[in-house]
Amino acid sequence: MDRRNFLSLAAVGGGAVFVSGLSGCANLGGMDKAANAANANFYFVQLSDIHWGYKGPDNPDAAVTLGKAVATVNALADQPDFIVFTGDLTHTTDDGLERRRRMAEFKRIVAALKVKDVRFMPGEHDASLDRGAAFMEHFGPTHYTFDHRGVHFVALDNVSDPGAKIGDEQLAWLEADLARLDKAAPIVVLTHRPLFDLAPKWDWATRDGAKALQILTPFQNVTVFYGHIHQEHHHMTGHIAHHSSKSLIFPLPAPGSQEKRTPVPWDAAMPYRGLGFREVDTDPRKATYAITELPVVRT
Amino acid sequence: MSALSRRSALKRLGIVLASAGTMALVAGSPRAQGQAGRIIEIEARRFRFTPNEIKIKRGEVVTLALRAVDFPHGFNLPDLSIRADLIPGQVVTVRIQAVQPGRFAFLCDNFCGEHHEEMSGTLIVDT
Ligand SMILES: [Cu+2]
Repeated sequence: MDRRNFLSLAAVGGGAVFVSGLSGCANLGGMDKAANAANANFYFVQLSDIHWGYKGPDNPDAAVTLGKAVATVNALADQPDFIVFTGDLTHTTDDGLERRRRMAEFKRIVAALKVKDVRFMPGEHDASLDRGAAFMEHFGPTHYTFDHRGVHFVALDNVSDPGAKIGDEQLAWLEADLARLDKAAPIVVLTHRPLFDLAPKWDWATRDGAKALQILTPFQNVTVFYGHIHQEHHHMTGHIAHHSSKSLIFPLPAPGSQEKRTPVPWDAAMPYRGLGFREVDTDPRKATYAITELPVVRT
Repeated sequence: MSALSRRSALKRLGIVLASAGTMALVAGSPRAQGQAGRIIEIEARRFRFTPNEIKIKRGEVVTLALRAVDFPHGFNLPDLSIRADLIPGQVVTVRIQAVQPGRFAFLCDNFCGEHHEEMSGTLIVDT
């Protein structure tokens, strides 16, 4: 039995206990069953910071790393409900035509994913030089919401503004979107940059991130998944959890650990070390998110 | 240095102060009020600050005169809570006084192109 089967069995078990607490009321039990199906546990996959188009010594395998990660995702025994890319799909270029070529190539490669529910977000490499124009042509809006099995997902754009701002307009949109939710609703924020000041001297911050956190603070169950820093990192601001993801191009040093934010050098003896993606096992009723980190290539 | 002589010093350097974009921030002691001190010109050009190492003495008051020449850049020195937008054609002045020795990183925080991430520098405060 793999982990996923175990988790879904555990969920069914929990549901059964709940239903038995309402014994003698068949109708209610039936409704709970329907509610459980709607709010059943699921998992999604987060991939981030692919930097398609990067050429350099920090990843001599850059031309094949994404394809290998796609194959690894496709080989997962149980496929995720959906997949999200949290930005820097492409490596930046000053040439707008080349930017579009990279985005088209990226799209072609990830079209091989078996899961067809794929959500894309921009990073500053994709969007900061043209305020997201090329990104929107290829992938649609840069900020949006969706609901999945009772969890409210918000994709926030802190990269289309070259100054790393969410901007007042989007903040007002966020506030209006959340206003209709129960304060206990499970909310997942997907974004590229950290919303808190992780390492401002390395540009690991969002200039008006504090405003977004202020809007989110009244809600009791908020979890943020982001990218940008090319490594796993976990941090709490009050009751809000922030989890950054590894990249698929090169790892970066621990936040502020050295003067320059230079990539961790490629190790030919251990290719793809420090790279990877993650599964997020979600329990909508408990608003819990169990993270499993996976390497680019599984052996 | 008086405000007047600072203005003429800036004029000698060919700097026109931008009225809207001008900042005069003081980090550290309020004694720095009214003193411009040494003027250090810094050019911001994709993808480099020149100079990108600024050496000052502990307690010394200096005025950074920042000028973007080719693209909107940003100047951010987080340890002193100083940041400014650098718009081409404007000179932004930032008055600083560092009260403790050390190396303080600054960076361009307005995404400016292919090597934007390399556009940074260090303020070095000696005792
Ligand atoms: Cu710049």
